[in-house]
Amino acid sequence: MTMKDKVETAQDNLPFAIRHFSPDALRAALKKMYLIRLFEEGAEDSYTRGLIHGTMHLSIGQEASAVATCMELTDADKITSTHRGHGHCIAKGAEVGRMFAEFFGKETGYCHGRGGSMHIADVKTGNLGANGIVGGGLPIAVGAALTAKRLGRDDVTICFFGDGANNEGAFHEALNMASVWKLPVIFVCENNKYGMSTSIERSTAVRYIADRAVAYSMPGETVDGNDFSAVAEAMHRAIARARAGEGPSLVENLTYRWRGHSKSDRNRYRTKDEIESWMARDPIARFRADLITHGILNDESATALQQAAEADVAQGIEFAKASPAPQITEVTKFVHAEVSA
Amino acid sequence: MNAQTAIPEVKTREMSYAEAIRDAMAIALERDPTVILMGEDIGVYGGAFQVTGDLVERFGTDRVMDTPISELGGAGVAVGAALTGLKPIFEFQFSDFAALAMEQIVNQAAKMRYMLGGEAAVPLVFRMPAGSGTGAAAQHSQSFEAWFGHVPGLKVVQPSTPADAKGLLLAALEDPDPVIIFEHKLLYKMKAQVPEGYYTTPIGKAQIMRPGRDVTIVASAIMVHRALEAAEKLAKDGIDAEVIDLRSVRPIDRDTIIASVRKTGRLLCVYEGVRTLGVGAEISAMIAESEAFDYLDAPILRLGGAEAPIPYNPDLERAAVPQAPAIEAAARQLVRREV
Ligand SMILES: Cc1ncc(C[n+]2csc(CCOP(=O)(O)OP(=O)(O)O)c2C)c(N)n1
Ligand SMILES: [Mg+2]
Repeated sequence: MTMKDKVETAQDNLPFAIRHFSPDALRAALKKMYLIRLFEEGAEDSYTRGLIHGTMHLSIGQEASAVATCMELTDADKITSTHRGHGHCIAKGAEVGRMFAEFFGKETGYCHGRGGSMHIADVKTGNLGANGIVGGGLPIAVGAALTAKRLGRDDVTICFFGDGANNEGAFHEALNMASVWKLPVIFVCENNKYGMSTSIERSTAVRYIADRAVAYSMPGETVDGNDFSAVAEAMHRAIARARAGEGPSLVENLTYRWRGHSKSDRNRYRTKDEIESWMARDPIARFRADLITHGILNDESATALQQAAEADVAQGIEFAKASPAPQITEVTKFVHAEVSA
Repeated sequence: MNAQTAIPEVKTREMSYAEAIRDAMAIALERDPTVILMGEDIGVYGGAFQVTGDLVERFGTDRVMDTPISELGGAGVAVGAALTGLKPIFEFQFSDFAALAMEQIVNQAAKMRYMLGGEAAVPLVFRMPAGSGTGAAAQHSQSFEAWFGHVPGLKVVQPSTPADAKGLLLAALEDPDPVIIFEHKLLYKMKAQVPEGYYTTPIGKAQIMRPGRDVTIVASAIMVHRALEAAEKLAKDGIDAEVIDLRSVRPIDRDTIIASVRKTGRLLCVYEGVRTLGVGAEISAMIAESEAFDYLDAPILRLGGAEAPIPYNPDLERAAVPQAPAIEAAARQLVRREV
């Protein structure tokens, strides 16, 4: 155990995540990151084959942000997610089979085939849903935090949103109320440099979204969103503050989406060089290497995790294919609560 | 093909509905230096549905302005600019997002002239891609024409052909008041002959797309094409349907519809918006209150969107709005007096 001895003596120099989480938790986190990547590649492939229709927004390249943000959450804690929400959903604990089923429009899907990718949710694990409206989740998260405070619970709400969403009025109204009422909500901006084709520089009056926190009297922190440990550490501070009743925080994860905005993007607003430079900063490869360096995994066991995620994805697709579609006569089901006679 | 817009001597060119709208915007930008385009990703991206396309390359970023993702603020900036001498054409990426800008559209733009006793004007155009059929589910598929049609001060049009899409947009720019244009997403790729150069299609005029004697079908946007498809089937069985393209929800063309119903004695309204309290309710009431009432040989029928948000599953999505077979069946029922 020479490795372990070294680790203990150098404790303070270790990354936060290695110090703070158990090896099992770290391995589970890496598996979730693989699961997100492979789920989205599987969804993309199914779309190309015509098994999935509509459109979808892939978060490939942003996996560390989703998983590290949700590390300390339990099912009692809530998240509100975005149109780019597959990673959040998996990070919060959803099963990929039911997610695929939703994308395939099946009755076994998380939204019974009514929502699709843009409304993916798993209310039982605390995911209040992706959102088709940019900024739509921001005030809703504040409402969820209000519930926790009024009912005397200690759960927190994480509100994911994009850099583009920070220019909606809803963002500003939500942060102000959360601060005035000292609510247990953490606003997590996944800043991937663009809202569709529009860069931060062309749309936003501040350089970093976290700079906005000052205006609402809350802490704001910008971190490398492709560094699992950096995100987890910032979230640890923000969650502790929220659970202690001290109010909201804003955390900004700098990251990048490798794929186009959606299925109709021709990537005319960014360069190939820029995309490639970010692909070289793959958050999964980086986390895997970190875990190996710190003796949490070796190459073989890391590959085994990846293969386990591959098997989950393959099984998930089979489950979705074999699942029944909703009844065509049930178009108006779920519009209102069903009242039993 | 389009009696009321295509002047025979004018040269035409085949264009898609999206290209025809772009052509109208290019002509407007060339003719009038006060015209500007505003919207999300309408510049280098070319618009979510590639309607603005290369206009930013031709006219520059001062006249083709990408806004931040700020629908309420963006619409309000357009209102302020219109109030003071510019003519903005403001694109919502999806008509659904106009819900975020209701304040500026309904409380400000629509009422400004009236509230200020005729001393002010808000001449602007809101372009809104609308409708279902793309698998984009409940927040990207709605049909809001009845919402906006309910607001005095607004004009609301729904072109169903490339030629009308161009002519109505140019007419909207001539109009001294705010005009909302619902562009149906499923029509963007539809191609047809479009007159070249400048022309306008009058706002407030319906168009008889197919004359007939037995039943009047009043339809709008994509439903016009489904109604025409149904009419072809009906014709094989000797049922002669008259298909009217409503084109304008506010103002509504009473004369054309009343004259048609007087002739056929039967009315079927087909629209994509939610059936209850929708455009068809207004048309039905208008007929019930008019001299055409005495000529009715059957009750009036309405086919509209289901009383539900638009679902994601493609079969449910199709079932949620009128399709050609349902239109055909409803027309048959009317003609046989089975209602
Ligand atoms: C209110 C509203 N406006 C516009 C859109 C269209 N839209 C969907 S995602 C998007 C970009 C969002 O950018 P950002 O918040 O940075 O998230 P990202 O896509 O980069 O993850 C836009 C403009 C929308 N869905 N809702
Ligand atoms: Mg972004």
